Amino acid sequence: MTGLLAVITVSHYLAVGAFFFVTGVLCMATKRNALGVLMGIELVLNGANLNFIAFGSKYLRSESLGLDGQLMALFVIILAAAEAAVALAIALSFYNAHSTIDVDQGDELKG
Amino acid sequence: MAEFFAQYMPAGVAYTLTALISAALLLGVVGVGALFFIWAERKVAGRIQDRLGPTRTGGKFGWLQSLADGIKLLTKEDIAPADADKTLFRLAPYVSLAPSYAALLALPFADGWVGWEINTAMFFLLAVLGLEVFGVILAGYASGSKWSLFGGMRQAAQVVSYEVPLGMCGVIPVFLCGTMSLTTIGNMQAGWFTNWLIFHDPFTFLVFWVYFTCAVASVNRAPFDLAEAESELVAGFHTEYSGLRWSFFFMAEYNSMLVVSGLAAVAFFGGWNGPVPIFASWKAAGGGWEIVANLAGCINFIMKAVLGVMLMIWVRWTLPRLRIDQVITTCLKYCVPLAAFCFVGALSWQLFDLPSPNDWVPAERAGRAAVREPWARGTTGSTQSSAGTSARLAQGSEVHR
Amino acid sequence: MLLGTFDLHTFLFVLFALTACLFAAGVLFSSNIVRMAFHLVLSLGSSAGLFFLAGAEFVGAMQLMIYVGGTLVLLVFGVMLTAQHRFLEMRTNAGEWVLSLVVGGALLMVLLQAAFSVSQWNTPNTERSQLAVDESKAATPIGAALAGVRVDKLQQKDAHLRAGMSGYLMPFVIVSMHLLVVLVGAAYLARPRMAVRNPKGGG
Repeated sequence: MTGLLAVITVSHYLAVGAFFFVTGVLCMATKRNALGVLMGIELVLNGANLNFIAFGSKYLRSESLGLDGQLMALFVIILAAAEAAVALAIALSFYNAHSTIDVDQGDELKG
Repeated sequence: MAEFFAQYMPAGVAYTLTALISAALLLGVVGVGALFFIWAERKVAGRIQDRLGPTRTGGKFGWLQSLADGIKLLTKEDIAPADADKTLFRLAPYVSLAPSYAALLALPFADGWVGWEINTAMFFLLAVLGLEVFGVILAGYASGSKWSLFGGMRQAAQVVSYEVPLGMCGVIPVFLCGTMSLTTIGNMQAGWFTNWLIFHDPFTFLVFWVYFTCAVASVNRAPFDLAEAESELVAGFHTEYSGLRWSFFFMAEYNSMLVVSGLAAVAFFGGWNGPVPIFASWKAAGGGWEIVANLAGCINFIMKAVLGVMLMIWVRWTLPRLRIDQVITTCLKYCVPLAAFCFVGALSWQLFDLPSPNDWVPAERAGRAAVREPWARGTTGSTQSSAGTSARLAQGSEVHR
Repeated sequence: MLLGTFDLHTFLFVLFALTACLFAAGVLFSSNIVRMAFHLVLSLGSSAGLFFLAGAEFVGAMQLMIYVGGTLVLLVFGVMLTAQHRFLEMRTNAGEWVLSLVVGGALLMVLLQAAFSVSQWNTPNTERSQLAVDESKAATPIGAALAGVRVDKLQQKDAHLRAGMSGYLMPFVIVSMHLLVVLVGAAYLARPRMAVRNPKGGG
């Protein structure tokens, strides 16, 4: 219960961001579905976004990044959307060629 | 309200209490709204088709029809098909209802009467309304029925397409008023009806109709109700649902209709500012008079929103359903270019300061483009305090409200 | 006594953080791709709540609109288009799970240690009660910054802190161009394969 009385600091946000990052990395490593890998990337980017927001927030730190933090987060969101569109197109293309979405099947170049 | 409670109890409790009261009031809006609109829809549909609609339950006009329907739905068995993904199937109605309820948070009912005074309310509303599609997609997928799946796919394609023109229409009031805060947008249209943004210039008049079309499409109503097209898909995404879960989809739908109509009322029709400024002097008087003026404004706003919903009901029972390709064509070939054209038009109108009807009204012209942001008033930096210009609050948690 | 010091902000942070982390773990541990997408929606939605709590209202709304409302709908659409049979599951074998969980747990420990080690990040902002409600309004400054003016630095006397006054016009233009290129590229990649190929190659 004492946890609910503590004042939130940047560190708490960083902890959540770290959890997102680790989950995303594990997702990328363990999922065999190409779209699952994509979801892992989204989680990683969102973890980074949480850090930007935390450092940019005036409420958490007096000498914050200010607007720069929020703007970086905005660019991350935009680029994540672009990345998702391209990755999805690649996944669909891969599916058309191989009739499966399993990334382990895409190993023709292995030699 | 929170400040009022804070006089008598600790700040944390006061804020929690305020939040609970707001949440309960908004839940009331959802519930009563759904009951009323379902009754109204049946009556209007009846009259349009030269019938009477419900007449027996609860007196002459069948007032209690939707309540009786609700009780019937409560007692129905809650079934999940054998083929379904049970968890997702059960969760989907809540996923559909939650965003449409959350959208009410940021919708102001009168000056300052808003669940959450957020600076980006317009953006937030449009964003949250777009989330409702997830419930439909999940329901379509998890039902384990091809009709449901078709409905869900159609809905996904439709909503993603219509978010584009809807956003473009929403940007126009934002940029005419110089803010995304719906409270400020509403207050800037105070005075006579000529000050409403829809009468600001011909382009805003045109863009309202584009907005209305896109809003009807985004809340999945006829003639754009491809997701539940009963002539082709049985009942679309909710084919497999029964009982209370089925009715949650309808509560979500009617509530979204109310929200998009309310958004239109604030953004184009002056919100709580009536056609004739009767209560303007009351509001200025402050104290109890201000509350009365706000109450009148609230009723005014709700009437405008209900009028919008009635318009949607009228459209539903008048126009035939479009085909899926016609739906997407309407969006991409007509709504998007029209919205873009109106955006440029309204922008030029503002840029060249062309006359608007409000100029001829013998009242002072409200400065629409005035930016009401802290940096424009000369307060920058987080710690540089200019006492008197902005209210300092004692509690850190107040800052986040 | 306990109620007297109850802080709504902390409570909401804990609520949103727990939901976000729980559903992020849900993404990792569920094997059904649609459930993963659903968990991801809830996880990213909760993290939008964290953004709102940090005072970044515009970014939070943007997260809801673009990420949750746009990207993830697209993702679910992709899932539906590529599912060979319903409720498709692809399992990862146990050895890979153990290895990845060990590595991931170690990484998480290191990151958490780093997050709580800097005392400057760890101490609450004592000036936060001095902040006015007005100053959380960042939508217009963000818009102005994207258009090339940093209105939050207009009255900054310190030349060092005035750096970057020109704002983010250039990155904004680059990102816009990038989005256009991506749009064209994605449409090209996902185009339907031609039934009759051009005999001279290509197509």
